[in-house]
Amino acid sequence: MALARIQVPKEAKRGELVEVRIVIQHPMETGFRRDADGKRVARNAIHSLACRYNGAEVFRATLSTGIAANPFLRFFLRAGESGDLDFWWLDDDENEGTARARLVVA
Amino acid sequence: MRLFAVLLFAAANAFGQPRSGLDYASEEIRRLQASDAENPGMLWVDRGAALFAQHCASCHRPAAMKGVATRYPRVVDGKVVNLEAKVQHNGPRFAYESQELLSLTAYVAHQSRGLPFAQEVFPKQVENGKREYYRRRGQMNLSCAHCHEANPGKKLGSENLSQGQPNGYPTYRLEWQTLGSLHRRLRACMYGLHAELPAHGSDLLLDLELFLAARARGLPVEAPAVRR
Repeated sequence: MALARIQVPKEAKRGELVEVRIVIQHPMETGFRRDADGKRVARNAIHSLACRYNGAEVFRATLSTGIAANPFLRFFLRAGESGDLDFWWLDDDENEGTARARLVVA
Repeated sequence: MRLFAVLLFAAANAFGQPRSGLDYASEEIRRLQASDAENPGMLWVDRGAALFAQHCASCHRPAAMKGVATRYPRVVDGKVVNLEAKVQHNGPRFAYESQELLSLTAYVAHQSRGLPFAQEVFPKQVENGKREYYRRRGQMNLSCAHCHEANPGKKLGSENLSQGQPNGYPTYRLEWQTLGSLHRRLRACMYGLHAELPAHGSDLLLDLELFLAARARGLPVEAPAVRR
């Protein structure tokens, strides 16, 4: 189950720089850990993440196993029209995750 | 009688005023815990809310969960019942440290955030936990008190020793990279002592949990806390 928390300001002014924060629940397995039985735990990390704002891509990140579990990302974008922020990410197990937040521009 | 037991108990606390582990944590960790947008434990709270709606909401209102975490663990019919046992009293059973149980416990505990620990004191059962607290164990031959009563505020290697208070559980530990229960934390201490590891939910851990709660009276619930 993909689970994420997105934080954007309740309301932004047009042209204002807006801080966007997202935390995603993900183990970010490095592939180097062993479980209780000594078996290697397969690598599984989110490797790609993107955010679209009103359909246009505004942010893209490449992640790898150096990032801690439950990754936290933060970036800024300039507020245009009111609209949805659509996050999408993909991990090594080919599991896709999505999350959406609404940015209201006054 | 109960008041007397509480007073007796307070007097028996070697360090006086209980202090949350938060006081011993770094600036960065305190900031991480304080921000609901950045505290990773909130992910489990969200998931717990969904589980609550699915398994619990037909009998319980979410608003009624406020304060529950300040009353557990408690003794029912001679047995120690902690929050983990209570939240699944009439629903599906989840294993300790399963995502489901951690989420549900975190959600319920979160509803009491900021409220002081006010567990009823059960003198007889608290004595059991107290005995275990002061018992030396493992190859290190140390008791809980050697670190958490005699030396809080000092260093153990690079770690800050705290009073070992239970008010932030379930807690997100950076070392674990996940949320974990108080029992997992207690086992981690015993691992460090090279002691035999009691099972999650065992009588030993429940007795200790009850004693720790009595010792923590007045501390605010911080769940989900963040620690190193």
